[in-house]
Amino acid sequence: MTWDLKSDRPIYLQLVEHLQLAIVSGRLPAGSRVPPVRELASQAAVNPNTMQKALQELEQSGLIQTQRTSGRIVTEDTDRIQATRQQLAKNQLDAFFEQMQRLGCTRHEILSLVEKELSIV
Amino acid sequence: MEPILECRKLFKDYTSCRALAGVDLSLYPGRIIGLLGPNGSGKSTLIKLAAGLLTPTSGEIFVAGKAPGAATKSLVSYLPERTYLPDWMTAQQVIDFFADFYADFDAQAAGDMLHRLNILPGTKLKTMSKGTKEKVQLILVMSRRAQLYLLDEPIGGVDPAARDYILQTILTNYNPEAAVVISTHLIGDVEKVLDQVVMLQNGQVMLCATVDDIRAEHGCSVDTFFREVFKC
Repeated sequence: MTWDLKSDRPIYLQLVEHLQLAIVSGRLPAGSRVPPVRELASQAAVNPNTMQKALQELEQSGLIQTQRTSGRIVTEDTDRIQATRQQLAKNQLDAFFEQMQRLGCTRHEILSLVEKELSIV
Repeated sequence: MEPILECRKLFKDYTSCRALAGVDLSLYPGRIIGLLGPNGSGKSTLIKLAAGLLTPTSGEIFVAGKAPGAATKSLVSYLPERTYLPDWMTAQQVIDFFADFYADFDAQAAGDMLHRLNILPGTKLKTMSKGTKEKVQLILVMSRRAQLYLLDEPIGGVDPAARDYILQTILTNYNPEAAVVISTHLIGDVEKVLDQVVMLQNGQVMLCATVDDIRAEHGCSVDTFFREVFKC
């Protein structure tokens, strides 16, 4: 995976989002091993302590679990992964509607634009 | 945890000016620290004091609890802003030289890095470009297993691709027992690998914070923040 990090927001938040996306999209499947901190930090070219902080955040939200002997794994709780996925989708929708409102689109316009787009895809 | 570098009310005066004006600072192992500040803010002076090349005018400085001197030289790996290596030597000869000098030097690691950066061991320093010489010197410094790395402008003359490799080297050499202090103006390039930023202004610490705290508080990168604070 490529780590595209923006310069205006805290790095650890972006790492959290990146890993969430990897989990909900199945690139890091439920129950699979999460690579070690150092390896992830090196891949993303970030400080290991920052990566550690991101993983701790994901642990607290329950997406990742620490096992005493074998490092970290992605949770096997698929409901939780599904819930995270829906939350991320909701965030995208909120942002989309905000943009459309700024453009002055009515509900009706938005709906017909979305339908048109979906029929092309 | 004991700080690896500690300064208390540290002052350094040169004949015509005051370089450090009361620095209080504690840096801990396991961190990569960016030492930032405009020209003449005291970055190099602070690093030279920690390396034991200068003595304080007043105040105290400790490396792993000891005053800088013969005993701390084995703990500190220092990259000066200028090269001091004899230029008639080849890359391999300076590696051998360092291996003789420092018990904690890993000649194997140094050889591997030379190879990765496409520097032939038989090349004389005299015939190398400025950037290549800097790479060799940084390889030497990073191949020691020290507790405190002091890197004074390590990536200034190095091309962007090699810069990435060097930062990657600093990350892969990351050791929870050691601290790395990097003084640089190329903030945008290094801020992702830093834990902590220490900003100096007129010989004093004006800010000591984590990169993410600065980004969260000011909504911009450390690079942008620096440009705003020190706008000319």
